[in-house]
Amino acid sequence: MAQQGTKIKRTKSTKAVKIVSYTVIALFSLICLLPFILIISASLSTEGVIAKEGFGILPKGLTLSAYMWVFRYPKMIIGSYVVTILMTVFGTIVGLLIISMTGYALQRKDFPFRNAISFFIYFTTLFSAGMAPTFIWISRYLNLRGSYLAVFLQLLMSPWLIILMKNFAKSVPFEITESGKIDGAGDFKIFISLILPMLKPALATVGLFLALGYWNEWYLSSLYLGSQVDFKPLQYYLYGIINEANALKGSVAGVNVTFSDLPSNTLKMATAVVATGPIIFLYPFVQKYFISGITVGAVKG
Amino acid sequence: MKKNKTGAAAAAAPKKPFLKKLKDSRTLLLMCLPAILFFIVFNYCPLPGVYIAFTNYNFRDGIFGSPFVGFKNFEFLIRSGELWHLTRNTVLYNLAFIVIGNVLQIALAIMLNEIGSKLFKKVSQTLMFLPYFISVVLIGAIAFNILNYDTGALNSLIRATGGNPIKIYSQAGIWPFIILFCNLWQQTGYGSVVYFASICGIDSSMIEAAEVDGATSWQRIRYIILPSLKPTFIILLLFALGGIMKGNFGLFWNLIGNNSQLYSTTNIIETFVYRTMMSQNNFATSSAVGLYQSIFGFALVMFSNWLVKRIDPDYALF
Repeated sequence: MAQQGTKIKRTKSTKAVKIVSYTVIALFSLICLLPFILIISASLSTEGVIAKEGFGILPKGLTLSAYMWVFRYPKMIIGSYVVTILMTVFGTIVGLLIISMTGYALQRKDFPFRNAISFFIYFTTLFSAGMAPTFIWISRYLNLRGSYLAVFLQLLMSPWLIILMKNFAKSVPFEITESGKIDGAGDFKIFISLILPMLKPALATVGLFLALGYWNEWYLSSLYLGSQVDFKPLQYYLYGIINEANALKGSVAGVNVTFSDLPSNTLKMATAVVATGPIIFLYPFVQKYFISGITVGAVKG
Repeated sequence: MKKNKTGAAAAAAPKKPFLKKLKDSRTLLLMCLPAILFFIVFNYCPLPGVYIAFTNYNFRDGIFGSPFVGFKNFEFLIRSGELWHLTRNTVLYNLAFIVIGNVLQIALAIMLNEIGSKLFKKVSQTLMFLPYFISVVLIGAIAFNILNYDTGALNSLIRATGGNPIKIYSQAGIWPFIILFCNLWQQTGYGSVVYFASICGIDSSMIEAAEVDGATSWQRIRYIILPSLKPTFIILLLFALGGIMKGNFGLFWNLIGNNSQLYSTTNIIETFVYRTMMSQNNFATSSAVGLYQSIFGFALVMFSNWLVKRIDPDYALF
């Protein structure tokens, strides 16, 4: 009888833990999702109603007018899209190639310079010149101010991504490299035809980090591009729309015309949706690799 | 890591002359070359530029032509109290992020582990990850959507219920909480998946044995899962301490920007460095604060790595 009692107690406590877990996780997921709903609803609302009632969870006076304004003078936003997509695609491909080559070489046990080079790369995370000296070096001495290269090049790699790749490559058995050597293949051939195919999860993870870095870039653009380029990368374009009321009118019209009917509140939100869109759709496809990827990275980071 | 070291010793055993080593590994060296060049150009070349911190930099004379002023820039920053103010804000924010962030991440990871339904787990993980994927600019847009005075969702809710709307963008006292919330919103999902993976790595025979012995869920969490997370927690915590002088710059800047009404509670080292350079074109002061951050940060990483090494040498970075 007594045993029966403790057993019921046990299942009760287990049940309580389960209920709390489901509730908290569901609530937290909702909190993560809610802002996105707010933004999308706001972008679909009518400006007049928003001015009177403010933003809410549901769209107020369903309309696509804010989106029509985003694309009313499509040159700017489409130019931004093209710049961002080109940078993301090429940056991810070039970055992945360099990072995987380096990561593979740095974990090769028979590579005598691997510790020296590893430290050379790692040291940059320990001590940096700081924002202003780097800015002066790149804009004044490399003359990259106003050039997309200043943004493109600086996002190609990071010590952290190289270490992540190195850890992945370490899990590929050394025998594979050796078998390639026996067949008389050179190191680069071994890397391309034997190692790269085995690094797929790593390439997906690091590739996603690179793509995110390029897509979400606004900071380097604000330093090096400013208003010197015709087409700003998307997030920097959005940054201007959100933060500067005048930029809003200028960038929508492209000329100095004032629009009394410009839906400034809802337009900001529609631009936010348009600027974010594609990267979120990319995520579910790589999620599987990504979660296993950050786990490896966390073990030794 | 240890295995690796013995491997290195074995490989290095037959001493080769340097040139032979160079020749034998030329392909591997060439494979590393782009990365080496990258770090030379973008990370090592700017280093001599820290000299700016000791000059009265002007654009015409350049880095080494501008008048040398010694420690004047630092003196000014210390005497005005600015350096202390920035350090205090940066450290306090980071401490809050680290402590509250890690506790939340562990709690959520444990709860995620209790979820039986595969679909529920998958959907919730996807949603929890979402904030990590968006740009900080969008977080600024979200904050504007919720917090602005005229049309913000929060104030429209307050108005609808008959309350008095709040001018959030001019009240410095609220912002530490808003920034903390935004940081947690952005980072917690990602961090909890890292901890969750570490829970999945626990020897399942231990948990099964506990279940046979009739342990409740709570007992399982308390006596098996929490203790087994301790090493991961301590290591992550110590490394986070090493980065305590850095900040989540993008988040702070997109929430605050040049809103000077909020500086007293929200100005951190990196926002100061950026603002001084971009808005005031004061490269010397900006460099001085940047150099202070680099040196202090370097010392902190060294210290935390030393601590990690004492606790578990396997996890030390170097």
